[in-house]
Amino acid sequence: MPDPVGHFDIFGGRYVPEALIAALDQLDAEFTAASADPAFWAELDDLRRNYSGRPTPLTEAHRFSRHCGNARVLLKREDLNHTGSHKINNVLGQALLTRRMGKTRVIAETGAGQHGVATATAAALLGMECRVYMGKVDTDRQALNVARMQLLGAEVVAVESGSQTLKDAMNEAMRDWVASVDSTHYLIGTVAGPHPFPKLVREFQRVISTEIAAQTTERFGRLPDIVAACVGGGSNAMGTFADFVDNPQVALYGFEAGGEGVETGRHAASIQGGSVGVLHGMRTYILQDADGQTMESHSISAGLDYPGVGPEHAWLAATGRARYEAVTDAEAMAAFELLTRTEGIMPAIESAHALAGVIRLGQRLAAEQPDVEPLVVVCLSGRGDKDVDTAVKYFGLPGHPDVYTGGVA
Amino acid sequence: MSAAVGHDGDGSLFRSSATAFEAAKAEGRGALVGYLPVGYPSVAGSLEALRVLCGADGATPGVDLVEIGLPYSDPVMDGPVIQRAGTRALQRGVRTADVFAAVEAVRAAGRPAVVMTYWNLVDRYGADAFARDLANAGGSGLITPDLVPDEAGDWLAASDATGLDRIFLVSPSSTDERVVATAAAARGWLYATSVMGVTGTRSASPTAAPELVARIRRLAPDTLVGVGLGVSNGDQAAEVTAYADGVIVGSAFIKPLLAADEAGSPDDFSGLRAVVADLAEGVRRG
Repeated sequence: MPDPVGHFDIFGGRYVPEALIAALDQLDAEFTAASADPAFWAELDDLRRNYSGRPTPLTEAHRFSRHCGNARVLLKREDLNHTGSHKINNVLGQALLTRRMGKTRVIAETGAGQHGVATATAAALLGMECRVYMGKVDTDRQALNVARMQLLGAEVVAVESGSQTLKDAMNEAMRDWVASVDSTHYLIGTVAGPHPFPKLVREFQRVISTEIAAQTTERFGRLPDIVAACVGGGSNAMGTFADFVDNPQVALYGFEAGGEGVETGRHAASIQGGSVGVLHGMRTYILQDADGQTMESHSISAGLDYPGVGPEHAWLAATGRARYEAVTDAEAMAAFELLTRTEGIMPAIESAHALAGVIRLGQRLAAEQPDVEPLVVVCLSGRGDKDVDTAVKYFGLPGHPDVYTGGVA
Repeated sequence: MSAAVGHDGDGSLFRSSATAFEAAKAEGRGALVGYLPVGYPSVAGSLEALRVLCGADGATPGVDLVEIGLPYSDPVMDGPVIQRAGTRALQRGVRTADVFAAVEAVRAAGRPAVVMTYWNLVDRYGADAFARDLANAGGSGLITPDLVPDEAGDWLAASDATGLDRIFLVSPSSTDERVVATAAAARGWLYATSVMGVTGTRSASPTAAPELVARIRRLAPDTLVGVGLGVSNGDQAAEVTAYADGVIVGSAFIKPLLAADEAGSPDDFSGLRAVVADLAEGVRRG
């Protein structure tokens, strides 16, 4: 999977203007050629090792695990990558492809800003022009990442159309690409969009599962029983699943953003609370109204606030190979606090959705099978520094010193 | 490619939108294809604007063929002007079914009508049901900006069953193979996007559109070609129809509607009338 034209059974494909077909064909051909070129992988491997900091550690969360039934929980530390999340894995690969295609400009969409920062970083590294589209709502709530991108030399465009979030940033990037495709590569940040992006981004994120397999084999002499990740578009989850999809002994769990609860309609859980449709060039589960107009998604996490999901996840859900559940804002924030206080690791709110899912799953498994001690790897896709403002507001912390001492009244 | 003739629900004839091109050709000129979205400035207001576009008020000769836009939340092929009108139409409550009333209004004004919209709306309505209701309203076909023939299995079947035109886009970046395959899959005419860009964009390379049309003529000789994107006045329309069978205009018709809406008089169509008059004169220049 996918088939040669990008279908995962009924999902995926290419629902795009004809003007983009030539560029998608070029990208697919270049990726196929690069995949067979040892020099391409050698350069990418060098960047992963010596620039990004791979392999990332697998940290056993002893104190956190006590809240997860009998599960032994290990954290795949994608938060320790350069730029603070798994996004750099995909960006470095696509940036090298951009150079191979002789293009000198990259554009990207971003929600929380993690993918935008990673793209701006790779553009700086390879000397490329970079423009990042970001919804106006997101530029307001993630101002720090806007500044980071600007410091890296990228131009940040606030998108004021539609719902002014990630989906509208993708629309605007697509419009830019239609007009600039000769010189520009659209560096999509997740396993979504038209073929070949879902396949290509999965292959650049696959390194997460390859390392997990090697690390648990070395430390525990076996593969994990369960791997888990948060799912917005789904790139860290596809990277976490990729090497295990063909091995039914490893259970795959994806946790979507349930917002205020799927039953309230204010959520971003496209698989749990959506239906099959076409958005952003792919057929997949989307949030849509009776007419097929895209509905606004809601999540405390800007990076999961997207009304669609990568087509391979739709296929894994439809076939039952992977299980998807929704995690609410409140559950995610409780897990954010718990991991921070028990392990001294502050996760991105996106990743906190996966942690909350694992707490619930571990407790459920302990009730169902009290004698089993599952080995669970959860992808800690990013670090929480960018979310400090959101968390301080959410928890109602004062944000100023608790006590003052030594001053003169 | 053939100009299909079918029957609508009450048994009267409806024809392929290609007849609009052929009628203009018989007058020794290119066809003027005009785009307006249903639901803007309101559903009722858009029906009135469509009548003005058709010249049914007697003020202008009107356009030869109407392209009715069905607004969508995520229109990736549309520039800011069409986006703004579409977003407002959605905020004001336009629904998919309203497009059929718009088709009937255009037909009553004596012009053939095609619908242009993004695939998810048709997919959600059901390709067969959409084709049936479009044919019953007297519509001639559908333009699909984000559906290429490669993904169009459901639509090829539904349009075959109803005899509706299926108008696909070709672009300057389309390979020769894709131009041939797209022309073979299409019915009615081909929509050539003149520049690499979204609606409302001006041509960066003045040679891209004539070169694309020449390539289509060579590769698919019997195909009617309309050229769209970037044409806003009579002079440009005259330039385009010198080498293409028709010229497609959208944003230029919507701008005066936006201006009237923003001035607080959404039912003032005098600006629209002036643009229709200019463009209709443009395609009639020797």
